[in-house]
Amino acid sequence: MKTLRRVLIADLCAQSFHVEERPDLFSEYIGGAGVSSALLKEYQGCSPEGPAIFAVGPFTALFPMASKTVASFISPLTGNYGESHAGGRSAVSLRMAGYGALVVLGQAPFPQYLVVDEEGVRFEDARSLWGMKNCSTPARIMREKEGGAGLRSILRIGPAGENGVAYASVTTETYRHFGRMGLGAVFGKKKLKGIVLKGARETPVSEPALYKTLYNELYTQMASSDLMKKYHDLGTPANILPLHEMGGLPVCNLKQRTLSPDEATNLSGEHFAARFLNRRLACSHCPVACIHLAALRLEAPSEPYFYQTSYVSYDYELLYALGSMIGVTDAQNVLRLIDRVEQYGMDAISTGVILAWMTEAYEKDFLPHDLFGEEIPRWGHTEAYLSLIDKICFDPAPFFETARKGCAALSETYGGKDFALVFGKNEMPGYHTGIGAHLGFLLGIRHSHLDNAGYALDQKQDREVFSSPDHLARALLREEAFRHILSSLVVCFFARNIFAPDKILQLSQSINISLPDDLLQKGLDLYRAKLSFKEELGFRWEELSLPLRVCVAKTPGIQPDPDFAHKTLAAARGFLNDSSFSLS
Amino acid sequence: MRIKLSVENTQLCVGCQLCMYACSRRSGNGGLGLSAISVRSSGGMSKGFTIVVCRCCEDAPCVEACPEKALIQIKTGGIRLLKDKCTGCGLCRDACIIGAVFWDSVNRQPNICVQCGQCALFCPHHVLALTKSEEKTP
Repeated sequence: MKTLRRVLIADLCAQSFHVEERPDLFSEYIGGAGVSSALLKEYQGCSPEGPAIFAVGPFTALFPMASKTVASFISPLTGNYGESHAGGRSAVSLRMAGYGALVVLGQAPFPQYLVVDEEGVRFEDARSLWGMKNCSTPARIMREKEGGAGLRSILRIGPAGENGVAYASVTTETYRHFGRMGLGAVFGKKKLKGIVLKGARETPVSEPALYKTLYNELYTQMASSDLMKKYHDLGTPANILPLHEMGGLPVCNLKQRTLSPDEATNLSGEHFAARFLNRRLACSHCPVACIHLAALRLEAPSEPYFYQTSYVSYDYELLYALGSMIGVTDAQNVLRLIDRVEQYGMDAISTGVILAWMTEAYEKDFLPHDLFGEEIPRWGHTEAYLSLIDKICFDPAPFFETARKGCAALSETYGGKDFALVFGKNEMPGYHTGIGAHLGFLLGIRHSHLDNAGYALDQKQDREVFSSPDHLARALLREEAFRHILSSLVVCFFARNIFAPDKILQLSQSINISLPDDLLQKGLDLYRAKLSFKEELGFRWEELSLPLRVCVAKTPGIQPDPDFAHKTLAAARGFLNDSSFSLS
Repeated sequence: MRIKLSVENTQLCVGCQLCMYACSRRSGNGGLGLSAISVRSSGGMSKGFTIVVCRCCEDAPCVEACPEKALIQIKTGGIRLLKDKCTGCGLCRDACIIGAVFWDSVNRQPNICVQCGQCALFCPHHVLALTKSEEKTP
C-alpha cells in the first residue's frame, strides 16, 4: 500500500509539484471519496480558483470492477461541495504512476495540460487546443504526443468547460465522464485543458496466495453469475421499458405521465441494441463491458452519397434526459443530441433538465418570445434543442449566461421555480418513482440518484420502509453509508451486490489494509464528515425542499408529500446528530 | 506438441485489459507492471482495440538479439527469460518488430510471454485462446 499514501500536489500558478506521504489520510478515510473530500477541505482555501482533487482507493488495480476515480471540487453549479466519479482507465493509471491522490491547485498563466507519471508532473502548452469545438480532437493530439498506449488515461474538457458552463463535464477515454456538478468548469477556470495520466507499476500485495484465491472467486461471480447480466446485455437502457411501464420514467418535465407505447419502444434499450449498437467497451479491469456505443450515420447536408458516422455512447440517464424528458423519442435524434453534448463536454442530465424547464417556461410565457430566434423550444423538436445547446455553450446574451449557471439560477431569475426540477441546485436524475427517489436526491451528499438509490426503495415497495419518516430516513442513510464505503474503496456501484460487507473485509485482509468491522458505521462517519464540510461551505439542511412539480405529478410509488418529506429529513438529521445512532 | 497463444477475434475485445492483469498477477501481485500482453485502442476507443501478444516465433529475433543468451526458446512453445543473465540492455525489445517484448521499468528487464494461457483464462469474451498443435519446433 506504499503507493496509495503518496499524494501528488501540482500547482498551476507556481508551475511546480511535490509529493507528500499521507498514510494518515488513507488510514482514516480509506481512499477515493473519503480521501478526496478530506483533501478538498484541507486545500480549498489555498486556491482561489478552487482545487481539483482526484483520489483512488485500496482496491484500485488489484480487484476487478474497482477502477473508478473520485474527483472532489467546489461545484460551480451548487456553490458547495462537488463530487463526481468516473470509470475508464484514470484510476489504474494514477495508481500505477505511484500515487493515491492528485491535487491540482491554482490557475495556469495560459492554457495548459498536465502530464502525470512516475517522474511527477509536466506542464505542457495547450494554447493550440483551447477553443476547439469538439473535445475529442484535443484528446487525439495529446494521445499522439504523449504515447503510453494501453497504460494511459486522458482527461479533457470541451468548450463548455472553457466557457464556464457550471455543469460542464470532464471526459475521459472518450466515453466516460466526471459528469455531474461541473468539474469541467473548474478546469476551465484553471485554464487546464486536460490531464494525461501514465503509469506502469506493479501493485504489491501482502498475501499473494490468498489474494489470487479471492480474486478468482470474485471474477467468477462477476463473469458467470446473473448479477451483472442487465449491465452486460442491454446496459442500463434495459431500465427504460420497465420504468416507463410503472410510470417512473420522467416525460416532458413531468407534465406528462407516459409516452405512447411506440415512443417508449423507440427509446428502449432493446430498440437501440437492435438498430444502433455497434460496439461494447469496458472500463479497465471490468468483465461487464456496460458501455454501449451506437453508430450514428447521418447524410452529409451538402453532398449526396456522403455520410458522416460518429460513435455515441448511450445509457439510461442520457435517454431520459435528452429523450423522454424533452419529448424526443426518435432514437436517431436522441443520439444526435447526445453527440452534441459530448462534443461540447456538458453533463447530459443537467442539460436535458434545463432544456425541459426552458420549454415549459416558454410555453407559460415566463420568457420573452424573441429570445430564441427561429428555433423556439418545443417538446420533441430536435433542431430547436440542438440550437439551444449551441447557445448555452456560446451565446453571450444574458439569458444564456444565466442558463450556463444551471436550472436553479434560471428559475430564480425568470420565475418558474415550481417546475424547476432541481434538488440542492443539482438537476434531477431520471427517476420519478416515488418519495424514496426524491428524498434520496435531497438527502444524498451529491444530490444524485447514485448516492443512496432511493428509487430502488420505491420499486421494491417495502411497506415497512415507508411506514414512518424514521424508517425511510434509516433506509436511505443505510444505503448512503454503504455507498460511502464503496466509493472510498473505490468500487463500481454496479457491483454493489458482489462487494458485500463481509466480502470487502475478506478482500482487505489479502492486501493488508485495515478496515473497521462495522463498515456501515464507518460509512456513516464519512457521510457526517462531508456533511459537516458542506455546512462550513454554507449548506443548510433545513433549506432542503422538494420541487412542487414532483409532489403533484403522479408517481407509481408513495406520492412525494412536503410534510412527510420534512419529517423524514428531520428524522435523518436527528440520526446524524446522535453519535450513538447505529445502522447495524 | 507445441502450445501457442492466439488472438481469435479482436472484434470481440471490449478493452477490459483483464488479460493484462492476469498476466501481471502471475507474480502474485496486482497492477499491470509485469504484463507480457498489451491491449490498446486502435486510435480511439470507438475504433476498437489492438491486442499485442508474443507470436512465439519459430526463429525468434528476440532470442537472437540477446548478447547474454538470457532468452531461450522452449520446444513446447514460448520463450524463457533467465533473469540472472539479463543485463537490461533492451536489445530484445528492439528486435521484436511487433512490440511483443514488454518492459518492466522497475526491474529493468523484459516481460516475456511464456505461453501459459492465464490471459486467455481471464478473457470474458473469448478473444484469446491457447492452442495446441503437433507441429515441431526447429
